[in-house]
Amino acid sequence: MTQSFSVMIKVNEKEYKREVEPRLLLSDFLRHELGLTGTHVGCEHGVCGACTILFDGESMRSCLIFAVQADGHAITTVEGLAKDKDDLHPIQQAFWEAHGLQCGYCTPGILMTLVPFLKQNPDPTEDEIRHALSGNLCRCTGYQHIVDAVKLAAEKMK
Amino acid sequence: MKPAPFEYYVPDSLEQALELKSQKGDDARLLAGGQSLVPAMNFRIVQPGILIDLNRLAELSFIREDGQTIRIGAMARERHLEFDPSIAKRIPLLTEATPFIAHPQIRNRGTIGGSIVNADPAAELPVLMLALNARLKAKNISGERWINAQDFFVGMFTTALEPDEILVEIELPFMSPHTGWSFMEVAPRAGDYALMGVAALVTLEDGKCKQAKLVYLNAGDGPVDAKEAAQMLQDETLNDALIASAASVASEKEINPYGNVHTSPNFQHHLANVLTKKALKQAMQRAEENLQ
Repeated sequence: MTQSFSVMIKVNEKEYKREVEPRLLLSDFLRHELGLTGTHVGCEHGVCGACTILFDGESMRSCLIFAVQADGHAITTVEGLAKDKDDLHPIQQAFWEAHGLQCGYCTPGILMTLVPFLKQNPDPTEDEIRHALSGNLCRCTGYQHIVDAVKLAAEKMK
Repeated sequence: MKPAPFEYYVPDSLEQALELKSQKGDDARLLAGGQSLVPAMNFRIVQPGILIDLNRLAELSFIREDGQTIRIGAMARERHLEFDPSIAKRIPLLTEATPFIAHPQIRNRGTIGGSIVNADPAAELPVLMLALNARLKAKNISGERWINAQDFFVGMFTTALEPDEILVEIELPFMSPHTGWSFMEVAPRAGDYALMGVAALVTLEDGKCKQAKLVYLNAGDGPVDAKEAAQMLQDETLNDALIASAASVASEKEINPYGNVHTSPNFQHHLANVLTKKALKQAMQRAEENLQ
C-alpha cells in the first residue's frame, strides 16, 4: 500500500499543506502540486542544476530531495525573486540587460545559485563567478553573457 | 527517471534509527544527504524497499574539538566542514580539499558520513579519511565500535559496516604543526568527478622527512594508500630526484586505475605521476614555512 504523509511546506513565504507520497521529488512537488513551473527539471540526477532552489536559504538540487523531507522547511523558488513583473530582482534585471540567457531553460537554476553566492561574495572575480556557475549547465550561451550578467548584478547590488 | 516506491521512516532520535535499522536489516537504506543515493534511485539503479531518513537527527550534526582531535557527527554537511574555523586551523588539508567535492549546491546537502559510507573510489572524503588517520564510530542497538579508516574501506562501494550498524561519528587527529599538506586533482570541469587526485602529507623534522603519506582517488577499488612510495621518503632529505622516484613507484606500481569514458588508465597513471610530484613539493614547502 502506498504511504502518504501530511506535510506543511513554506514556499516563497506562503504555507502549503499537502498529502505526499514519500517518493515524490521536491522538484515535482513544486511543479505539479503547486504549479510553480519556474523550477525546471533537466537531468534529474543532480548534474545540470536547472532545478536549483533555496532550502532554508541555501542552494540545493530539488530533484535530489524528497518533498516529504521539506516538511517544516522554507523553500524559495525563482517565482519568489521578483516582487512583480515590473520590479525584478537585481540579478534578474542584470540577466535581462546583459543578455544572460538565450532559451532560458537553465536560467531559474542559475538565478537561485547566484542569490546566496552574491550574498556571501558581493564582489566576485571572474574566476569565482565561473566556479560558482560550474554546477549549472547552459547549452546555448557559452556562458560569456552569463558571466557578464553576474558582474552587472554584483554592481547593481552594491 | 522517478524513484520506485519505498516505505519511508523518519526517526527523531538515533536510538529510533538504530532500532529501525536492526528490525529492517539489509532492505533498509539510510538516507543522509542523498546526493548519491537519490540520483541512483531516480535512475532506478537502486530500489530500496525501505528508506530511513537521518536528516532529523540533530544529535549527529556537530563539529567540535576534543583534546587533540576534532570530532564530527556523521550528518554534518560538507559545506559545514568547508567553513568550520577549527577545522581550518587544526586540519587544513580537509578545508583545502572540501571545495573539490562536487558543487556548492551538493555540498549544502551532502554529509561527511554519507560520502564515507558510500565509499565511491572517486570521492574525496574517503581519501581524506585515510590520509588523516580517521577513526570511525559505528553503532548498533547493542553497542558501538571504532573502526580505523584503513580497515573501513574494504572494496568498491563497500565498507566494514554490518547491516545493523550506522556510522555516527568521525574522529580526526589534529595535523602536527610540522606537517605540510596538499590536495590536487584533475577534473574535466570544476566539480566533476576527478580523473585522478591525490592527498599528500609531509612531516619534516631536522630538515628530513619524518613521515609522508600519499592517498589517491579514482585509482582502484577504494582510496589507495601508496605506502611503498611514502616509505621511500621516510628519514630522507627530500629532493627532486627522490620525489620523482617516489612518484614513479606510486603512479606505476601502487595504483590500479580502471579508466572510464573520459580517460584511459594510461592517462590516469600519467596524471598520478605529475600530481604526486607537484603535491609533494607543495606539502614540503608548507611544512618548511610552518617550521619558520
